[in-house]
Amino acid sequence: MLAKRIIPCLDCDLSGQSARVVKGTKFSELKYVGEPSKIAEKYYRGGADEICFLDITASAERRGTMLDVVRKSAAQVFVPLTVGGGISSEEEAVAAFKAGADKVSINTSAMLNPSLITTLSKKFGRQAVVVAIDAKHSGSGWKCSIYGGKELTEKDAVEWAKQAESLGAGEILLTSMDKDGTNSGFDLKLTKEVSESVGIPVIASGGAGSPKDLYGVLDKGEADAVLAAGIFQREDCSIAEAKEFLKEKGLEVRI
Amino acid sequence: MIAIVDYGCGNIQSLENAFRKIGQETTLASTAKEIAEAKRIVLPGVGSFGQAMEKIRENGIEQALKRAALEKPFLGICLGMQILFEESEESKGEGLCRLKGSVKRFTVAKKVPQMGWNQVIPLSSRGLFEGIGEEWFFFANSFFAVPEKEAIAAESFYGKRFCAAVQKGNLAATQFHPEKSGNAGLKILRNFAKTEVK
Repeated sequence: MLAKRIIPCLDCDLSGQSARVVKGTKFSELKYVGEPSKIAEKYYRGGADEICFLDITASAERRGTMLDVVRKSAAQVFVPLTVGGGISSEEEAVAAFKAGADKVSINTSAMLNPSLITTLSKKFGRQAVVVAIDAKHSGSGWKCSIYGGKELTEKDAVEWAKQAESLGAGEILLTSMDKDGTNSGFDLKLTKEVSESVGIPVIASGGAGSPKDLYGVLDKGEADAVLAAGIFQREDCSIAEAKEFLKEKGLEVRI
Repeated sequence: MIAIVDYGCGNIQSLENAFRKIGQETTLASTAKEIAEAKRIVLPGVGSFGQAMEKIRENGIEQALKRAALEKPFLGICLGMQILFEESEESKGEGLCRLKGSVKRFTVAKKVPQMGWNQVIPLSSRGLFEGIGEEWFFFANSFFAVPEKEAIAAESFYGKRFCAAVQKGNLAATQFHPEKSGNAGLKILRNFAKTEVK
């Protein structure tokens, strides 16, 4: 049986001299956590199923710094690595893969230029293309926001997930903007609706505060994987503890 | 020296890193000559069956790969496993035809591609799976190979039982990514690196 995955996310701030992992709430109020490749290695040893590096500064001019982080991590970490944040062209994706990334996550660039999903998927395979959706509750559904949550679009999140799949996405990384950084649990309704609407895996993100929350979204939310930053950075619980909990609850996990 | 076939269809960096981690040097092989001269061959692959075969033909390495698969320790990974077979539901045209059978699409599973860690049951404790029991390995695939029974080295389950690895003499291949499967994966690569060169 395929295991449910736990994916720690490293929110990387590249604005300083060197890359730093930071933690914020609702995409603001950043706190310094540590050096990315060291943290990645710690998570790998702790049982992370994959690791995601997110350039929260989405800075084209500091892309080299991000690639260094990936290169350094990829030499010591032997689980899949995803890189996201500001990747907007085939060239940038190639650079990420060359540095050792296995998948790229695209968000704003996919929304503004949907053909990028198809281009990357054809060239590198569907499994290498993650389309990230930042969904915000609006009316009776959810709308997509772009530019790291700064701009709300009119695009319906569930519809966009379906479109992304048909364009060639291999996975959907679904973040609830309403829940992100609140530690109050995932948006189960949103996750379930997206997961039921697509035939590709859905990674749920935003709101993880306890192992119980992870269980909720993997079970009721029907997510295939969870992505979380704060819960592991604050060491509220370790990845191993979270997995033990999920296993006790009857979910398949890699231990 | 282990040669990783570079034909524009695979994540080579991850493989280089994993072999370096276990103390094995690698080189890249992109021509027929380099493939012929290599002691061991690793054939990675991402993308589609048809596209990979097209690249192989474009690069003029089809015959060299076919010969290498008969003669020396050879490891196909993911799509690099699938193209060792005769044909695939994914694309028209022949594969490298070094293993009998075809490649089929997952139809009973809820989510395709299969993306993540799945438990693999080795059918033999020799060769690639020496010293490895039931372990988790990382998969990212929409298709799976259906080989002759004798060639199946390990199985896994995704909606149905499927072949996770094959071994036939010097020729071995995994549907999962050993280079992305933590310590268990590194062990597979170690076993491959120590297979005897005739």
